[in-house]
Amino acid sequence: MLALEVHHLSVRFGEFQALEGVSLDVPQGAFVAIVGPNGAGKSTLLKAILGLVPFRGEVRVLGRPLAETDPLWFGYVPQIKTFDRTFPALALELVATGLRRRWPFRLSPREREEALSALRRVGAEELAFRSLGRLSGGQLQRVYLARALIRRPKILLLDEPATGVDRVGEVDLYRYLEAYQEESGATVLMITHDWEAAHHASHVLVMNRRVVGFGPPERALTEGCLRQAFGHLGHAHGLYLGGGHA
Amino acid sequence: MPTGYTWGVGMLEALGYPFFQRALCAGLLVSLLSGFLSPFVVQRRLSFLGDGLAHAAFAGVALGLFLRGEPLWFALPFTFLVAMAITLVKEKTELSEDTAIGVFFALSVALGAVFLSKAKGYVGDAMGYLFGSLLAVGAADLWAMALLLLLALLLLPLWGPLAYATFDRELALSDRVPVVLHDYLLSGFLAVSLVLAVKVVGIILVAAFLVIPGAVARLLSPTFAGLTLLSLALSVLSTVLGLFLSFLLDWPSGASIVLLQAALFGLAFVKTVFSGGK
Repeated sequence: MLALEVHHLSVRFGEFQALEGVSLDVPQGAFVAIVGPNGAGKSTLLKAILGLVPFRGEVRVLGRPLAETDPLWFGYVPQIKTFDRTFPALALELVATGLRRRWPFRLSPREREEALSALRRVGAEELAFRSLGRLSGGQLQRVYLARALIRRPKILLLDEPATGVDRVGEVDLYRYLEAYQEESGATVLMITHDWEAAHHASHVLVMNRRVVGFGPPERALTEGCLRQAFGHLGHAHGLYLGGGHA
Repeated sequence: MPTGYTWGVGMLEALGYPFFQRALCAGLLVSLLSGFLSPFVVQRRLSFLGDGLAHAAFAGVALGLFLRGEPLWFALPFTFLVAMAITLVKEKTELSEDTAIGVFFALSVALGAVFLSKAKGYVGDAMGYLFGSLLAVGAADLWAMALLLLLALLLLPLWGPLAYATFDRELALSDRVPVVLHDYLLSGFLAVSLVLAVKVVGIILVAAFLVIPGAVARLLSPTFAGLTLLSLALSVLSTVLGLFLSFLLDWPSGASIVLLQAALFGLAFVKTVFSGGK
């Protein structure tokens, strides 16, 4: 079965056409790296799949229309800039929202144990009782990832999860994602500007408001696709067209 | 200067007066609702909405005085409609909330001034509404407040979803929390809470009544649940003590309550600064 079927998806914000006629079929268990220039509609695509923005076209998840899906199927790691840093909260509470879909007034012993275990899984147990407003970007990304993983999602959607994360943290992040995918068979869609990560994905979606290329990295990360999406090749030319490393 | 003994006697004496009993009951009811809503007002940066709705209440009260009806029964629907209109403008346009509030704020004051100018002879009544009065709460008001507070119990199960959207609206939307519907409900309950508090606190200070308990609690609590409980406790405490203070010193009730709340804010601020600041 396909994890995700997107047919002729278009999103418009007033006069601005953010996505136009996007179609793709994502097999279950795929790790899709989404690349494209700024303003290419990458985040909008994830938001459309989550039902956060109105769209034309069709999105089916695990064979069902989007409206019939369970929100708990999705684990979403947004760009961390979306939350209110002055909100008084502990990391553990944010992780628990992944179970409850609402802010917890009080955690039951079971929820507390599950939240701690999710934080442990991403190497962030020591952050459990720290205030969210005092965490660094990299620490926050781990907490958000723990929040997404606690519900054991079938589809993981990550919007630039490595932003603000140092190189070691970035490698750890991919390791956690791979471990979760291996044990659960989940499908991962990740927006990234990291060519190396894209090269290691099972599929790459190159886009610029439309699908420019989609498939295994060697088919999608071609000179033609990159030139079409970015307008020029920039530093990608020397780094990855030959499959080399940064 | 009254001694502790005479203050104690004075407080007991106050409890013997039916008007004070009514004011105390009303104060308790409205402080529970305001204390519950205050953390959302503070975290969602809705302080200006409180001010805007207070001025809408002013227009409603002025209309009531002009038509010689019970002012609060005019203020309640008027303020509720203004709250809905502000939320509608925010949701449907690209204008920011403070701009929408600014427009309705001005409209309300203008309407209030027109109604009040036509309500000659009744302007004296307006003073009680502007600053709050212990004598203002009637038995019918008390029943109406109790009834509306019962309705407000509907808000309790919404605490979790409202707090979730307050923290991160997009995350809450991704979990299909009906965030927009909750925005309208929150605005509606803010309007109701504000109008109910007008008789006790007065129009001029009612917005502070919705802001200060949450602001004090925010300085002292590391979690939103703790903030809510503390806000409720501070709101009830300052209202009860403020009403006694109003009776004993013959001060307007709203001023007494808000001065106490401001003193609590000062203490919490000093504690925050001396324990390391932000």
